[in-house]
Amino acid sequence: MFAFALPMASEEGGFIPPSVSDTHLPDIFPWMVEYGTGFGKQMLMIVLSIVLITWFFTAAIKNPKLVPSKTQYLAESGYAFVRNGIGRDIIGEKNFRPWIPLLFATFFFVLLNNLFGAIPFLQIPSFSHAGSAYAMAIIIYGTWIAVGLKNHGIRYFKLAVVPSGVPGWIMPLMIPLEIISNFIVRPLTHSLRLMATMLAGHMIVMLAAAGARHLIVVQDSLAMNGLGILVILGSVAMYFLELLIMVLQAFVFALLTAIYLQGAIEADAH
Amino acid sequence: MNSTEFILAAGESVNPLLPNPWEILVTGVGFAVLLFIVIKVIAPKFEQSYEDRVTAIEGGLEKAEAAQKEAEETLAQYKAQLLEARTEANRIREEARSEGAQILADLKTKATDEATRITEQAQRQIEAERTSALASLRSDVGSLATELASKIVDEALQDDTRAQRVVNSFLTDLEAQQNAGASN
Repeated sequence: MFAFALPMASEEGGFIPPSVSDTHLPDIFPWMVEYGTGFGKQMLMIVLSIVLITWFFTAAIKNPKLVPSKTQYLAESGYAFVRNGIGRDIIGEKNFRPWIPLLFATFFFVLLNNLFGAIPFLQIPSFSHAGSAYAMAIIIYGTWIAVGLKNHGIRYFKLAVVPSGVPGWIMPLMIPLEIISNFIVRPLTHSLRLMATMLAGHMIVMLAAAGARHLIVVQDSLAMNGLGILVILGSVAMYFLELLIMVLQAFVFALLTAIYLQGAIEADAH
Repeated sequence: MNSTEFILAAGESVNPLLPNPWEILVTGVGFAVLLFIVIKVIAPKFEQSYEDRVTAIEGGLEKAEAAQKEAEETLAQYKAQLLEARTEANRIREEARSEGAQILADLKTKATDEATRITEQAQRQIEAERTSALASLRSDVGSLATELASKIVDEALQDDTRAQRVVNSFLTDLEAQQNAGASN
């Protein structure tokens, strides 16, 4: 990694762990730096993910056959997983249809950008950058509030914060809690859960790489070198754990999206 | 480097919770573009493909059911026709048998009639021939008589008594012959 070159250049025996700033690579277009866009690898990967998702799913369904080809089958399985596994099961048979595209786009957008963290040379999950996670959370936050208002009018806010079946005297406690929980904490946890897991995974990969390099290249003792190899072996296990977390977090993100939408659509049902 | 420098380095590092606004913009716009493509192109195509498959499978089942039903109907029809044909054949056979018997009986009667007719005709012919033979015999008898008479006349010129006797006996014979012919 580029960022490692700097601390390693001044080797004096001490180990400098990689920091969060190492997840922000230099701008690709140096002339853009003065505008502070930070247009770098991460943003390119966002664009790449959009191109890849569009390309794969349009190519797979270009000539749909009743007996699908392998690609078509794969694409249809992915589509059906979001459509039925997330959309229909959470939002319900009656209302889920209009939300299939949003859930589909959300799931695969997050999934692919997470998986970028496991692909050599890309090697960074786009959502380890808070901005991207916030953007997704804001879009979905705005969407479910709009859905609630559209379905229930201004009464939606009352439905969302006043729990039913709770004795009156507890209301002064419940209502502020519900407001905080639903309208303030919810989008934050939605985005930070994704960002933090991705960032942590990426930090572990960086730490393992930097540590192994330090143990093998810088340290002279054979035992330390052997330890470095152990770190590499351990990082392979971490890699697969990360892979699992990447998929899981994409699923959780899309699932929560569906749950929030369902809550907004049927705010009066509970 | 020592620990103070590390802390300094860490302090320099960006706060991971503070977003780069450009990232928000890029991700937001990017996601909007992706969502637009999914709504306009991808989702309808997948839904269409799903619908097509459902229709094809259900249509195939319905078609198969219809074919089965038709086959059963045809079978029942054939069976009915077969039964009808058998009854018809039996009836025709029965009819033919009775008709044959009828024809046989008719032919027998006809043959008997014909035989009787032929027999009668033959008898009539025999009778006619006998009559004509008798007639011709009669004319022959006349000529014979004339011949005999001439002979007798020829002899009578010599012996009257013998002539008388010959004539008598001839007439007697003739008479007797005639009686015999009449009685026949």
